[in-house]
Amino acid sequence: MTWAPSERELERQAVRRRLRLQQTAIATVVTVVVAVGLVLLVVSSPGWDRVRDYFLSWSHARDSFAAIAEGFWINIRIFLVAEPCVLVLGALVAIARQTTSPWLAPLRLLATGYTDLFRGIPSIMVVVICGIGIPALGLSGVTSSLFWLTTFALVLCYGAYVAEVFRAGILAIHPTQVASAEALALTRAQTMRFVVLPQAVRRVVPPLMNDLVSLQKDTALISAVGVFEALRAAQDYQGYNFNGTPLLVAAAYFLVVAVPLTRLTDWLMRRQIEKEQGR
Amino acid sequence: MTATVSGLLEAKALRKSYRGRVVLDGLDLVVAEHDVVCLIGASGSGKSTLLRCLNLLETIDDGIIRFDGREISDPLVDPRSVRREIGMVFQAYNLFPHLSVLDNCTLAQVRVHGVPAGEAADRARALLARFGLADKADAHPDALSGGQQQRVALVRAMCTRPRLLLLDEITAALDPELVGEVLEIVRAEAEAGTTLVLATHEMSFAREVATKVCFLDGGRVLEQGPPEQLFGDPVEERTRAFLARVRS
Repeated sequence: MTWAPSERELERQAVRRRLRLQQTAIATVVTVVVAVGLVLLVVSSPGWDRVRDYFLSWSHARDSFAAIAEGFWINIRIFLVAEPCVLVLGALVAIARQTTSPWLAPLRLLATGYTDLFRGIPSIMVVVICGIGIPALGLSGVTSSLFWLTTFALVLCYGAYVAEVFRAGILAIHPTQVASAEALALTRAQTMRFVVLPQAVRRVVPPLMNDLVSLQKDTALISAVGVFEALRAAQDYQGYNFNGTPLLVAAAYFLVVAVPLTRLTDWLMRRQIEKEQGR
Repeated sequence: MTATVSGLLEAKALRKSYRGRVVLDGLDLVVAEHDVVCLIGASGSGKSTLLRCLNLLETIDDGIIRFDGREISDPLVDPRSVRREIGMVFQAYNLFPHLSVLDNCTLAQVRVHGVPAGEAADRARALLARFGLADKADAHPDALSGGQQQRVALVRAMCTRPRLLLLDEITAALDPELVGEVLEIVRAEAEAGTTLVLATHEMSFAREVATKVCFLDGGRVLEQGPPEQLFGDPVEERTRAFLARVRS
């Protein structure tokens, strides 16, 4: 290429660089000041020494680390099984509610009833009812494994939330998109599958991530029926040793999974947008 | 001030590329007050990109844009201070679907220009009435025809009394019947002395209202002049070829 930036453009680039630097500097200073202020506020509180001894003991953290890791592996497994199930269930329920065929009226009713019911009940109750109630029925062929029963309960709860997220995304697609798909003689199902749903999913990725991270955290609810996952393991240690540090260790485990996951989706989204806009 | 000498808007050696694809390549353009400048040229010749660069919707790679004597391509210039003075209408109308026609027209007046709500509504209703949209003020954009939507978009842009109006192929998405009603507004504005820069495919309209026609080719203004000259006796071979193509 023969083009070389003009004097003026080089000047402008220098100004832009300077502005960017200024902004970075402001952001850094503000962040540090706020962070230091918060730390000082906590550390200077009258009960800080007691809190530190109870929650921030290095030796207790080290001793409980392995037991909690073992428990957290259960959380991870439940999450990995539940997440795809939740996404599929949520999408199916959302699509079911958007159908118009008179033959599918019972399905629509069922889907609506399901979302209303499971969004309305506290998740911990669903976990307890499934974990204790289902095995108590004594049905043959139904698992009595708490792992599967509680996973099932979480899928039921989050499927209802995620269905509403998907439905919001579907409703947000402009009617002209449906019109142009129908004008190409696509069936309603094809319109949904190839035109509406792909756009809807892209729009709801942030709230979807919300629910998935929330699901990941709520795997701790299964401790309510006695599964020895991360929270339960931490509480167990806490009970024996009268020290709360393991709770923070467990919290750290959850964070280690949640934060990179959110960053990853943010990055994927940004890349997708850039690709679509051709910039 | 140099402004009065060189014109209301002046672009010099503009360059803009997207991912290595050069769209504007050293383009020069001068728009004097009360000018009606028509940009013509094949699709992809950079007409839309130029308009978007002029009101700073795109950052240019090189060159200088001056508006009213001030260099607005300076990174220290607040783009909003420029856009307050420059109106823009898009090919696809871009009305806000969640607002009524009236609210579309009063939003910027009230929020950006600080016009009292009552006065803003009066101004909008007066303009809407002038362009045959009096009964549509409370409708929502999606309930209107394309021509009506584009007229609303024009009213929305004019409500803030911009010193310069940029029109980006505003009739390209309309069928011929509706083109007339939109161009009628533009013609009225041009006659009232509003400074206009418009990208257009309507050659007969350009011939009629333009004070200057610019033929864009390869990312620069290949040829420009008053309509009778550019349409009647173009100098450049490529201009001739283009005009022959669009006329056939």
